[in-house]
Amino acid sequence: MAAGALLAGAVAVTPLVYLLIRTAEAGWERVAEELLTTRVALLASRSLLLAAVVTTACLVLGAGTAYLVVRTDLPGRRFFGVLAALPLAVPTYVAGFCWIAAVDAFEGFWAAALLLTLCSYPYVYLPVAAALAGADPAQEEVARSLGHGPWRTLTGVTLRQIRPAVAAGGLLVALYVLSDFGAVSLTRFHTFTVAIFTAVDLGFDKTGALVLSTVLVVLTVALLAGEMATRRRGARYARVGSGARHQAPQRKLGAWRWPLAGALSGVAFLSLGVPALSLAQRMIEGVSRADPLGEVAVAAGNSLRVSALGAALSVLLALPVGLYAVRGSGWLPGLLERVSYAGHGLPGLVIGLSLVAFGVHVVYPLYQTTTMLALAYAVLFLPLAVGSVHAAAAQAPPGLEEVARSLGRTPWSVFRTVTIPLTAPGIATGAALVMLTCMKELAATLMLRPTGMDTLATELWTQTSAGAYAGAAPYAALLVALSAIPTWLLVRGNYRELS
Amino acid sequence: MSSLEVRELRKAFGQVTALDTVTLGVPEGELAAVLGPSGCGKTTLLRCLAGFTTVDSGRILVGGRDVTALPPEKRRIAVVPQEGALFPHLDVAANVAYGLPRADRRGGRAAEVLELVGLAGYGRRMPHELSGGQQQRVAVARALAPRPPLVLLDEPFSALDAGLRAELRRDIRAALRADGATAVLVTHDQGEAMSMADRIAVMRGGRIVQSGPPADVYGTPADAWVAGFVGEAVLLPAEVRAGQALTALGKVPCPAPDTAAATVLIRPEQVELAGEGVAATVEREDFFGHDALLLLRLDDGTALSARVLGGMPRRVPGERVALRVRGEARLLG
Repeated sequence: MAAGALLAGAVAVTPLVYLLIRTAEAGWERVAEELLTTRVALLASRSLLLAAVVTTACLVLGAGTAYLVVRTDLPGRRFFGVLAALPLAVPTYVAGFCWIAAVDAFEGFWAAALLLTLCSYPYVYLPVAAALAGADPAQEEVARSLGHGPWRTLTGVTLRQIRPAVAAGGLLVALYVLSDFGAVSLTRFHTFTVAIFTAVDLGFDKTGALVLSTVLVVLTVALLAGEMATRRRGARYARVGSGARHQAPQRKLGAWRWPLAGALSGVAFLSLGVPALSLAQRMIEGVSRADPLGEVAVAAGNSLRVSALGAALSVLLALPVGLYAVRGSGWLPGLLERVSYAGHGLPGLVIGLSLVAFGVHVVYPLYQTTTMLALAYAVLFLPLAVGSVHAAAAQAPPGLEEVARSLGRTPWSVFRTVTIPLTAPGIATGAALVMLTCMKELAATLMLRPTGMDTLATELWTQTSAGAYAGAAPYAALLVALSAIPTWLLVRGNYRELS
Repeated sequence: MSSLEVRELRKAFGQVTALDTVTLGVPEGELAAVLGPSGCGKTTLLRCLAGFTTVDSGRILVGGRDVTALPPEKRRIAVVPQEGALFPHLDVAANVAYGLPRADRRGGRAAEVLELVGLAGYGRRMPHELSGGQQQRVAVARALAPRPPLVLLDEPFSALDAGLRAELRRDIRAALRADGATAVLVTHDQGEAMSMADRIAVMRGGRIVQSGPPADVYGTPADAWVAGFVGEAVLLPAEVRAGQALTALGKVPCPAPDTAAATVLIRPEQVELAGEGVAATVEREDFFGHDALLLLRLDDGTALSARVLGGMPRRVPGERVALRVRGEARLLG
């Protein structure tokens, strides 16, 4: 188990370590030469400006929606609650395709900002809604009884209770924007990720791409550190003590009820309605066209195959890590679990680039094979798989197995009748989630796929880039359908929490 | 059914000695309670008996059979864990039948033990549909089903509320007796140990400091610590002469050899409020309804307590009372 966990940890850090080694090998002079250019400064300011604008917009939109849905008498608030989570089911490049196909000359900074805001405000909405629903209303009542007015209570107590959730959501959005490739490439807004992809795709300036990637990694790690810090501090805001919690009081919106409901409907129209209408229109065109279904079937088959491989590899690597973390003792299991999160939040593009270089220079037989692609998926989504395995393993505590053995069953019999039945459903769900996530991954797939092999994601991107919107529509529809499954599971859990 | 014999068991975790030469015997069909504060090693002892933890040295014999080196599944020692630990994916009948040989799983044994613990007809329920007390009953039934020579109970009632606990204790004691099982109960609750066990082994710091029937451990504790752990204790300095202890409470009969400077034990229920006797002042009254515990101070400054049945009339702090001692004082070593 320990050996397996060590192997998984090694796989998880390989791309990152290799990236740093290659960058260092280029020599500091070369790095400085690449780094200190107006182009890098321009790319950095573009990426950061986009991140700042999108994060601000998402904070306002996400936290505002959460407050309206959880704490007010907004008409149809449950319905708006579900609508606000659904954009998670639309990958940015799919939303990008829908908007470009619907609106002429949809490109540039504001197009990218609009797309990313509409796709990622659920990252703020979901944690804030959960925090508002979970916050103890007794704290607000105490504040009121101590003589604070409603406004002072909102700013002094409620906002402080949800501050960790707001901060975590905002940082997630910022991470998401920095690592996004789909939306910015389709709207032709040149950020770090687009520049890296272009450098690699055109086959020159590998060092430039490596240096840019390293800068992106540094930015990402800084944001991740920020997110972890807020999460750790957030724990202290939790409720102390036990006992049943009662429902928070609802604020009366009065005359604002319908205008606010109208505003949320407008947001929902932009984030879901426009893509849906555009997709439907292009689908009708696409179906009337000559038979594209054969190609779609081939791409879907490829997607399924590489994603299944990626999911299998992820879970295989995650099993020893998750089990070791739950069952092992000492500092090593926890450390290995944290190491397996190395790919968490890193742009798929950076992992892809590092593995391209790794494939070309170290393991050439694997370069441009599905194995390499599956490996990239495993690095990117190992955290997701480890989380599932960890949660599943916790379902079968060692105490249960001890009791089972004391009743006269052999270790193998106990494993078969207790451990497997209790952990298998969780692990299977985790594998399915990883597989769906692999299917949506665009950047890493574009960089690592074997020559001539197209998946749903790459076909959609290629056809949209070429302006073949009708041809792209079936791929977009399939991807939305696939992404809807995990989102549905998430929304259902969230919905239960709210009601 | 068979007896348990534990011989000079030792177990250390790194620098910490958890079990220090533990020796314990439980005759066939009896229930022994291992009583001690948390961290005294009683749970380690139970895990060693069950085979979940290996011992450093010593031997464990069940019915004369040495099981020290056997894995848990070969020992035929059943365990009732603290929180029941029922298998959440199996219904009650399947939980109870889990330890039975394949051929017997469809037979009547599962229903029989369920009836024994008062849960006849609950076989089709799932564990999460049961209350905490019912889950604990199922855990006992599951342990008894394969007729193990020895059953270990690890603080099985600690997660339950007080009213439920008393009833469950009686029922489970009866079920164990009906099945003739030898049992070891690990607990930190002296009331639980006293009311359920045929014998008590008091444990401290990895050692068994005293063992014997509950009445002996309560009546003649080995030392002051045991006296205080198994009940309320009044410890008084005394001089013993000619079967009489001379204490601040006057002369109290004490069957012990003459000693110039000793400590004697009196239980609070032996201290009576009388018309005349040693004068004392009430410092506090803890009123429990059926009885009350009075904290008193003698005029020479000695503090002690008295248990008064019925608890009426209520005493107020500062009230002057006269005290007399019933029965004998015990000389502590």
